[in-house]
Amino acid sequence: MGKDQGMMPWKEVPFGLYILEPGNSAEFKTGNWRSLRPVLDKEKCVKCGTCYIMCPDMCYDQQDEEGYYLVNLYYCKGCGICAAVCPKNAITMVMEEV
Amino acid sequence: MGKRVAKEVSIAIADAVKLARAEVIAAYPITPQTHIVEHLSELVANGELDAEYITVESEHSAISAALGAVATGARTFTSTSSQGLALMHEILFIAPALRLPVVMVVANRALSAPISIWNDHSDIMAQRDTGWIQLWAENGQEAVDLVIQAFRIAEDRNVMFPTIVNIDGFTLSHVIEPIELPDQEEVDAFLPAFKPKYKLDPRKPLTMGPVGIPEIYFEAKKAQDEAFKNTRRVILRVWKDWAQRFGREYHPVETYRTEDAEVVLLINGSLAETAMTAVDKMREQGKKVGLIRFRLWRPFPMQEFRKAVSKIPVLAVIDRALTPGGVGGPLGTEVRAALYNAARRPRVVNFIAGLGGRDITVEDFEEMADRAAFYLKKRPKEAYEMIGVRES
Repeated sequence: MGKDQGMMPWKEVPFGLYILEPGNSAEFKTGNWRSLRPVLDKEKCVKCGTCYIMCPDMCYDQQDEEGYYLVNLYYCKGCGICAAVCPKNAITMVMEEV
Repeated sequence: MGKRVAKEVSIAIADAVKLARAEVIAAYPITPQTHIVEHLSELVANGELDAEYITVESEHSAISAALGAVATGARTFTSTSSQGLALMHEILFIAPALRLPVVMVVANRALSAPISIWNDHSDIMAQRDTGWIQLWAENGQEAVDLVIQAFRIAEDRNVMFPTIVNIDGFTLSHVIEPIELPDQEEVDAFLPAFKPKYKLDPRKPLTMGPVGIPEIYFEAKKAQDEAFKNTRRVILRVWKDWAQRFGREYHPVETYRTEDAEVVLLINGSLAETAMTAVDKMREQGKKVGLIRFRLWRPFPMQEFRKAVSKIPVLAVIDRALTPGGVGGPLGTEVRAALYNAARRPRVVNFIAGLGGRDITVEDFEEMADRAAFYLKKRPKEAYEMIGVRES
């Protein structure tokens, strides 16, 4: 765990714990307490983008060259909505190994 | 030098806030603080003080509005008492954590029930751990001086903590005393404009008060505590500067005739002046009695306090607040804790007196000193004793 999860020694805590940089919440790693990870089966995926639309954290905001939606694990909390809504059952939630 | 005039202390405090050029005042009237905010509203309405006066629907709103105002970089003042201070409670913790240097005068008054508008220290003692700098005034002159100093202390970039000036309700707030109000030029020279490093400004957005997740909350509190303890240096510097400019000295722990004393009384607030009269009287009778009071209550002046009492055999701590079922009054408990590990310490006797406006007379102070002298040879059995309660 590091500064991307708000970890810092007390002497480095900003004055009054102010946030001086607008929009820096994007740097904050929120995917570290995930216990399940979505895994895509490209054989089944039709690139419909339902996962992209339904993800509450907008984790599927990137596509690769072939057009498959990529999950951003920096933010993904493993809620499983993408797997539940996928019309082709192309997403499986697998246990995160420690 | 300013003129010495006879003034009601509340009015003089309002005048001191004006001399400090407060820019925002957010307050809700409550006895016995009323005259302070009433006079301030008059000064603003008459155009004598160029400030925004926010009338609010409660003390909870008063302190909330004050925090918002000071966060924008405006010099901000508020004042309250008793139930009003209690209603502010949850916001009081936020001000120091967000480093928002509001200055507040608390006209100390008992808490209900029974309903009491009269003076004791139960209101402020319940706010001990909110993290504000706390100062005590004993007379009108001190109240005026401390209010002006409070702005300079609170707003210093090495401080940036809210500050309370405690004045006793009625016994100080409503008395007329000869008070020297400094000239505007003198105050301007002493008190620079408030220029915080960070403030709420749409041109330069920042967030004050984000959530502190478990990974950072503790570090944030440690940083707050360290910064708070470090305010001591600035407070001492401000008092030194004040003494040079105005000739009146202030110390974290004030002592009176404590040299060679066998029994020393400790009381905060205006009744310390009555205690002084009692000390003088007892000294005339050959009794070795002295007096100590806290000028600075938070951050606790550990060093100065231990030094002040190191050679004293018995310290009689007089609390004007009750900790029901506790091990002493708030002052007594704290003083005992502060001395527990001290190499040299007095025996501590704790009295509870003057609750809900009950007067503490010169004779009461004499009685307490005599009772305390009894403990020169014997350890007190009780955690605290009440003085002035009718038994029959």
